[in-house]
Parts: sequence; structure tokens; C-alpha cells
Amino acid sequence: MIEFSAVHKRYPGGYEALKGVSFTVADAELLFVTGHSGAGKSTLLKLIPVIERVNSGSVMVNGQNVSAMAARAIPFLRRNIGQIFQDQKLLYDRSVFDNVILPLNVTGVHPKEGAKRARAALDKVGLLKREKSNPIALSGGEQQRLAIARAIVNRPSILIADEPTANLDSQYAGEIVDLFVDFNRVGVTVMIATHDEQVIARASAKATTRSLTLTQGVLAP
Amino acid sequence: MMAWLRLHSMAFAATIAKLARTPFASVLNILVIGVALALPAGAYTLLINLQEAARGVSSDPELSIFLALDAKKDDVAEIDKRLKAEPLVASATYKSREAAFAELKASPALGDVLAALNQNPLPDAFVVRLKMNAADALDRLATGMQAWPKVEHVQVDSAWVRRVAAALKLGQLSVLVLAALLSVALLAVTFNTIRLQILTQRDEIEVSKLLGATDGTIRRPFYYYGALLGLFGGATAALMVWGGISVMNAGVADLARTYASSFSLHMLATGDLLAILAFAASLGWLGAWLSVSRHLREFEPRN
Ligand SMILES: Nc1ncnc2c1ncn2[C@@H]1O[C@H](COP(=O)(O)OP(=O)(O)OP(=O)(O)O)[C@@H](O)[C@H]1O
Ligand SMILES: [Mg+2]
Repeated sequence: MIEFSAVHKRYPGGYEALKGVSFTVADAELLFVTGHSGAGKSTLLKLIPVIERVNSGSVMVNGQNVSAMAARAIPFLRRNIGQIFQDQKLLYDRSVFDNVILPLNVTGVHPKEGAKRARAALDKVGLLKREKSNPIALSGGEQQRLAIARAIVNRPSILIADEPTANLDSQYAGEIVDLFVDFNRVGVTVMIATHDEQVIARASAKATTRSLTLTQGVLAP
Repeated sequence: MMAWLRLHSMAFAATIAKLARTPFASVLNILVIGVALALPAGAYTLLINLQEAARGVSSDPELSIFLALDAKKDDVAEIDKRLKAEPLVASATYKSREAAFAELKASPALGDVLAALNQNPLPDAFVVRLKMNAADALDRLATGMQAWPKVEHVQVDSAWVRRVAAALKLGQLSVLVLAALLSVALLAVTFNTIRLQILTQRDEIEVSKLLGATDGTIRRPFYYYGALLGLFGGATAALMVWGGISVMNAGVADLARTYASSFSLHMLATGDLLAILAFAASLGWLGAWLSVSRHLREFEPRN
């Protein structure tokens, strides 16, 4: 469960990106966060794996107050949260396979076991045949699926995706939405930031969804 | 525990791979560190050799007491008694003027000259060996003896030993200063190398952190890299010193032969070598630690 209580986030320089945001996400929910560009969607998502910290209020994840979490505990929190970043953050100096196995390597999973899981994740997103390619050689949709494979390889219970369908045509976007719906079906809590109404519509046709709308850092009632 | 070991071995393997991936830069770095360490290590080796040579030439401090020409048997007995009572004296050998004269006359070079003299010009003498720890008190002792009856002259034979010892001490100090200065150079080299690595691996570090890598996991390969750089640099320095000694020994052997000696320089003892390697590796580690602590801070979550 994820719970935001009166969260304020002010960036250095004084800009207030979130102004008293409160909401709860139940386990295994599929939740969309929508709003115009600059509304604070990415900021909201970044508070969950503590990429940013709140200025006031609290963020609870599975009963832990992560906004007050010690720096040394944060890596262990992140291992249970699959993240798909708005700018993807793929490593272009290594293969597709190496990108996917990275989260396992940094936690000391046995290489054999890691390879098995990495291939399973690649298979899930339909990229198994491209494991030796460089990410640069993949299409936009394939790169996005690679980012998804990396996010799920740890089998997290929470999946956070920031604009996972940005710049994709509707067919690619649809495939990716279907992937998230699949994960949600097996009990993963999924949070997706998007301003693409079609994406929300497609997901809602297949699963129960909920949407939060941000307007300049404030949640619409 | 297994995961922890695996993280270590993986970091180690990655470090070796990193060294091998940029062989030219790695070799250059190792050479720079090697040269920086070879200077104090070489100076230290020479110093050790000098110390040994000095020890071989003179063991205990020595002094000679020459009596006045008109000294009688009683005077000799008196000096002998005083020497026996002196706690710093290890042994004293009396050489009568007659014995010394006879000895000289027997020598082929001076025999003829002395035979022409109708008078013995040599005084009675004592050769006194002192206890090792008397070196400091040597001057005071010699001045005291000078005032004894019928003592004409006291000659401190081993004043130069103390000069050599003082010079060696100065040498030791210089080696230490040199080692300290060049250690700073080694630190700077590893610090900067690691800084460049962190810069080129920014993305990897950032992504690894986002994906749940602990600080330790991210820092570890850099520590290993620094330590290995130092270790290989230390080994290079040892090789350089060994090479230098081999080259010098050819010259030293020629020189020693003209003194009918078989003196030769030798390499540092294994213990010293290991100490140098350990020191170099620790310095590399420290340089990496400083660099990593300084440059990884920017990856921390902000407030
Ligand atoms: N690191 C930062 N430093 C300063 N201001 C920031 C920072 N990150 C975001 N902001 C500001 O905070 C506001 C919200 O940003 P955020 O990225 O959360 O918006 P968003 O809803 O994700 O927008 P988009 O749809 O364009 O991705 C923006 O006005 C942005 O300029
Ligand atoms: Mg955004």
C-alpha cells in the first residue's frame, strides 16, 4: 500500500511542484496519474523510491515512512519497486541482456540464476531474440519494452512507469498498456504517469483502473 | 553472505576487466606510480646497503693512548690500572715502545730507515676498545684521559663512525621526506584516475543507484581499482629498484676489486618488499576512497 499525506515538494530554487497532495493506493491497484506537462506527475512518482524527498508531509510504502528513511536503507526499498523512467535511462554501452541483468548484478544474485531471470523478463516483453543487440539498435517501442523488462526482472510488488508510451504510435502504445495490465493482473501495484487519454481508455477496457489528476501540484477532488 | 561474497568477486572481476579494457592508460598509470615509488624505495635500498657497509668496516669504537717518551714502567702500570677501573672500556692492549719499534724494523718498507736511527722515536701506547654504547661518551672519555699523567695524546680512531651514523640518519630522514612527498603524488594519481572513471561511468552509477545498488556495491570496484593500481605500481617500483641494483652492481664489483673486497649491493629483504607493496596498495585504496567520497556525493537523493 502507498499512502501520501499532505505532501509538499519544493525544488531548490523555490518552485513548489506538489502542494499538499494526499491519496492512497491499495495493493494490486492500477492507477493513472494524469495532468498537463509540469503538473508534478514525475515529481509525485519520484517520491516513492525516494529519488526526491518531501519537504513536508509523508509518503508511506508498505507501512514504512520512506520520506524519513535513512539513505542506507533506500537501496533495499528500491529493489522492491520496478521503475520505468521518463527518460528511460538505458545504458547504451552494453547489450540488451546486460541492461536487464543490471538490477540483479547490483544485488549479488548468482549469475546463472540472474541470466535465467533476465531471459524470462526479456521473453515477457518479446525481446528475447534481441538480447545481444545494443539498445541503440532498437526501435522506440522496443527500447520502452527493454526498460519494462529491466523494471520487472526483480519481480517487484510495485511498478512505477513515467510516461511509458510517450512518442510511440498507438499500436506500440497499446502493446505496452497490455503488458502493464498483465502485471497488474498477477497482483502487482501499478502506477502510470501519462497524459495520453487513449492509454487510459485502453487499460480501463481490460481492467479496473483509477485516475488521479494533478493541476499545478494540486490533486483534483 | 553468499551474495556478499559474490558482490565482492564480481567487483574484483570487473576491476580486472576495467584494467584490461584500457591497457595503455592502465600501464601509464602504473608506470607513473612505479617511478614515484621507485625513487624512495631505491634510496632506501642504497641506505640499507650503506648501513651494512658501515657496520662491516668498524664494529666498536676505539681509541689509542700515546704516552710521553719519558714514561716509566710505573706510569704504564698506573694507566693500565686506570683503564681497568674505567667502566666503558671493554679491553685495553698495551704495546710497548720497544715492541712497536721491533715490529716496524721488521717491515720491509720502513726497516732500513728505522735501522739508521739510533734512537727509538716511538712512544708506549694502549689500544683501547670501548663498549658499543660508549659511542656518545667517547669525546668526554678522551678528554678525561688526556689529563691522565704522562699521557701525551689521545686519538679517537672512530670519530668518523659517528659521522657516518649521523649521515645515515640524515639519509633516513631524506628518504622519509621523499617517500612522503611521492606518496602524495601517488594519492593524486589514483584520486584523479578514479575521478575520471566516475565521470565516464556517470550513467552506470546513476542507474545502478536507482535500481537498488548500495553505496558499498558502487564504491567497491573503485577501491579495488585504486588498490590494484597501487599494488602494480609498487611491483613496478620493486622491479625498477632491482634493475637499478643489478646495473650498479656491475660497476660496484669493479670498484670493490680495486680494494680487494667483494662488496656488492643487494636487493631489499622480502619483508621490506612486502611492506612496500602493502603500503602502495593502501595508498591506492586511500586515493580511491578520497576520490569516491568526494565525487559520489552528487548521486545522493536531494531534499
Ligand atoms: N530537479 C528540478 N529542479 C527544479 N525544478 C524542477 C525539477 N524537476 C522538476 N521541476 C519542476 O517541477 C515542476 C513539475 O515537474 P514534473 O517533472 O513533476 O512535471 P510532470 O508533470 O512530470 O511534467 P511532464 O509531463 O512534462 O513530464 C515543473 O515545473 C518542473 O519545472
Ligand atoms: Mg514528467
